[in-house]
Amino acid sequence: MSYAIEVQNLSKSFGSLHAVRDISFNVARGDVLGFLGPNGAGKSTAMKMITGFLEPTAGRVRVCGHDLHEEPVQLKSRIGYLPEGAPAYGEMTPVSFLEFIGEIRGLRGRHLQDRIGEVVRSIHLEAVLEQRIETLSKGYKRRVGLAQAILHDPEVLIMDEPTDGLDPNQKHEVRTLIREMASTKAIVISTHILEEVDSVCTRAIIIAGGRLLFEGTPGELEARSRLHNAVTLSVNRDSFAAQRELSALGNVDSVDIRTDSSGNTRLTVVPAAGTNIINEVTDFVRTRGWTATEVRVESGRLDEVFRTITTQQASGGART
Amino acid sequence: MKNILSIFKRELRGYFATPVAYVFIVIFLFLTGIFTFYIGGFFERGQADLEPFFRFHPWLYLFLIPAISMRLWSEERKSGTIELLMTLPVTLGEAVLGKFLAAWCFTAIALALTFPMWITVNYLGNPDNTVILFGYLGSLLMAGGFLAIGSCISALTKNQVIAFVISVVICFLIILSGYSIVLDFFRAWAPQAVVDAISSFSFLTHFDSIKKGVIDARDVLYFGTLIAFWLYANTLVIDMKKAG
Repeated sequence: MSYAIEVQNLSKSFGSLHAVRDISFNVARGDVLGFLGPNGAGKSTAMKMITGFLEPTAGRVRVCGHDLHEEPVQLKSRIGYLPEGAPAYGEMTPVSFLEFIGEIRGLRGRHLQDRIGEVVRSIHLEAVLEQRIETLSKGYKRRVGLAQAILHDPEVLIMDEPTDGLDPNQKHEVRTLIREMASTKAIVISTHILEEVDSVCTRAIIIAGGRLLFEGTPGELEARSRLHNAVTLSVNRDSFAAQRELSALGNVDSVDIRTDSSGNTRLTVVPAAGTNIINEVTDFVRTRGWTATEVRVESGRLDEVFRTITTQQASGGART
Repeated sequence: MKNILSIFKRELRGYFATPVAYVFIVIFLFLTGIFTFYIGGFFERGQADLEPFFRFHPWLYLFLIPAISMRLWSEERKSGTIELLMTLPVTLGEAVLGKFLAAWCFTAIALALTFPMWITVNYLGNPDNTVILFGYLGSLLMAGGFLAIGSCISALTKNQVIAFVISVVICFLIILSGYSIVLDFFRAWAPQAVVDAISSFSFLTHFDSIKKGVIDARDVLYFGTLIAFWLYANTLVIDMKKAG
């Protein structure tokens, strides 16, 4: 089976600025790919090239078998795209805006009205259908942008920060919507909210300085964390003594002490890379006769991994 | 074709969704009235024609058409909707043409609303209505020329004021190249062929002959070529500048 999105050696420079450098990846139907990276990393530029807005300086893009260079219009007809900031014609109402987009997307008559009805219901736009878009709140504007992107039920959905500016409930709704659509579509979202990667993405890519630095599942990303499989526990012992004793265990890299705002102290036992120490730690606690009020295994901190990967790049980039 | 129509309809509705359309039409009608009756001496001439009405159209258009065209692309660029439009399954040519035709149609509506002028002249005398019809056609073609220039210029900048000023200057130069002030300057030393070439670039030269009721294929071709040239340049400018 061919991939829905194929990106090969994609590059873009604006004069001497290399916004995107030699990025390659594929997205299959059923995948939700998260584009991660600091601001200015090249996420948006990459999306603008895949959707046919910007001409790549080098490299190839194919969407559903259509090459960006040879069949740009067919390529665009397969994609639903939410550009950064969800631009829309402010003087239009959401319903006339969706009618316009639908017509251009080749929807007509009853079918168009049915689709608008479905999309409006699933995105909860009913209340603002007849208001001018420029008078809507940021959250509603974003939802109008989303509605426009999924109106023609595209095979490929590309969204630049789909939950930016939404409140937590709206964020939750949009994520649920993305998960519902995920089984039949190839979806790419860019975000810098790391929890989003965990909750909706099946794969993730990290871009910084225009380069692709990581590609894998969110699980693999977490596994890169120093804290992956670390054991956090609270015990009825002096923390410093416990820290000393736990540090002596095999496969233990270090033991951190953290005190939270209500005064509870927790020890985090960090394993040597690639090892699992939950059994050692619990055995040790039992044989010592300590009482543990809390024991949990950390899955890893995405923000920490993100920082490590992207700042390494920044210091590496400064040298070249 | 249907894409051009969709873009055309959206754009044209956009004019009437904001006060822009009404302000423009009222001011256009008001100014044509003033120019025709006070400056053009419509009554004093005692002739049943619309010459004093059409005579001032190039000068009215010089300021009013760039006011229409300045927002065509600069607003799309400023609000980011250009990214939306250019990632829909339409070609650049369709987008440029759809927007241009909407603006042109809008000026046609404004022009058509001057019909009381035509009724007045028919009530007062027996004008040659063919000449008047050609006058309207010529005026519309000229408006198309101004609009194509303005559309191209508005793609150059996100700032509508800059788009307006540059469009006015370019249109002014093109009008001026038919005036004797400019032509006399060249006549003094340049061969007649050069003078003719310069004057043939002017809107005035071509508009004058059409509004006298002489419809020459060359005049129509002039405006057609002018519009096609500037719209083609428009697509190149958008392609070049859309990243910024």
